[in-house]
Amino acid sequence: MEDLSLHILDIAENSIKAKAKNIEIMFEENTEKDMTSLEISDDGMGMDNKTLYKVLNPFFTTKNTRKVGLGIPLLSEAAKAADGKFSIESQPGKGTRLKAMFKSSHIDKKPIGDIASTLISIISGHPEVRLVYTHKLNGKKYELDTKEIKSQLNGIPIHSPEVLKIIKININKGIDSMRRQK
Amino acid sequence: MAKLTIDDLKKIKEKAKRRTELREGGDYRAKVTVHMGTCGIAAGARKIMNAFMDELEQSKSSDILLTNSGCAGLCSREPMATVELSGQAPIKYIDLTEQKTKEIFQKHVIGGNVVKKYALGKGSEKTDA
Repeated sequence: MEDLSLHILDIAENSIKAKAKNIEIMFEENTEKDMTSLEISDDGMGMDNKTLYKVLNPFFTTKNTRKVGLGIPLLSEAAKAADGKFSIESQPGKGTRLKAMFKSSHIDKKPIGDIASTLISIISGHPEVRLVYTHKLNGKKYELDTKEIKSQLNGIPIHSPEVLKIIKININKGIDSMRRQK
Repeated sequence: MAKLTIDDLKKIKEKAKRRTELREGGDYRAKVTVHMGTCGIAAGARKIMNAFMDELEQSKSSDILLTNSGCAGLCSREPMATVELSGQAPIKYIDLTEQKTKEIFQKHVIGGNVVKKYALGKGSEKTDA
C-alpha cells in the first residue's frame, strides 16, 4: 500500500465483509507529540480470540478465493516500520476496533494520501453503511457523518454521482482548511 | 464540520433527482463492480473506481450502478472490474488502467460492445451487491 488512505479503504472493506452497519474512522495528527494515529471501529460480527490471534498472520484468511490475507499484517507492519504501535481488539457479535500509531516524522511513515477518494469509494460501494470520519489536526477537527448527509438529501441516494462529487469537495476543503489554519 | 450547505444541495438536487426519477420503476441496466480486496487496492483499484465515477458523473445515464466487491481470486491481474449488462453474461476486465477504464465505460457500459482486448473471460464470482 502506497499510503495510509489506501490502508483505510482496505480495512473498511474488512468491516463491510464482517457485515458492519456502522464504521467509525478516526485519524489524528499531533505535531507536538510527533504522532499520527488511525483508529477504525465497526459493529460487524467481530472475531473470537482464536481468530483475532490469527489475523496478524499473513497466511491466515477467511476468504476462499485465495490463501493469504495481507490487509491487517500490512497495516501492522506499516505502523511498526514508523516506530509506532498496532493493536486490535474484537468481540464476537459486537465488532472490531483497531488502532495504528505512527511517529509522524519517521522516514518510513507513509504519507496520508487521498482520504477523500477513500471515503467516496466506501460510500459509493456501500451506501447503506453509516460512515463517520473524524480527522483531528492539532486540536482542529473535521467530521463527516453519512447519516447526517442522508438526512439533508430528502431521499436522493447518497451514491448519486452528483452527491458523491460534492461530498468529495467537502472532504478536501475540510481537511485543507485545517492545514491552512495556523 | 461536513455540513453540506443549502447552496451545495440546491446545485445538485434537481440534477440528482432527475437522474433518480428516470430510474424509478426500472432496474439498473448495467452494473459495474470494481474489485477492492487488499490485492486490488494495492494494485490501484481506487484510481479505477475514481475513473468510473468520473465517467458516470459525466454521462447522463441514470441506470448504471457502480459498486465494489472483494478479491476475485486472481490477485496478479488486478486491478479488475466486472461489467454486467442486464440479461448478458458478466465480463471481467483485468490489468486495468484509467485509460482502459474510460474506453470500457464508453464502449461496453454505454455502447454495449464488449472490449475483448481487455477482457479475461465471461463469468463472475458472487457479490453482495
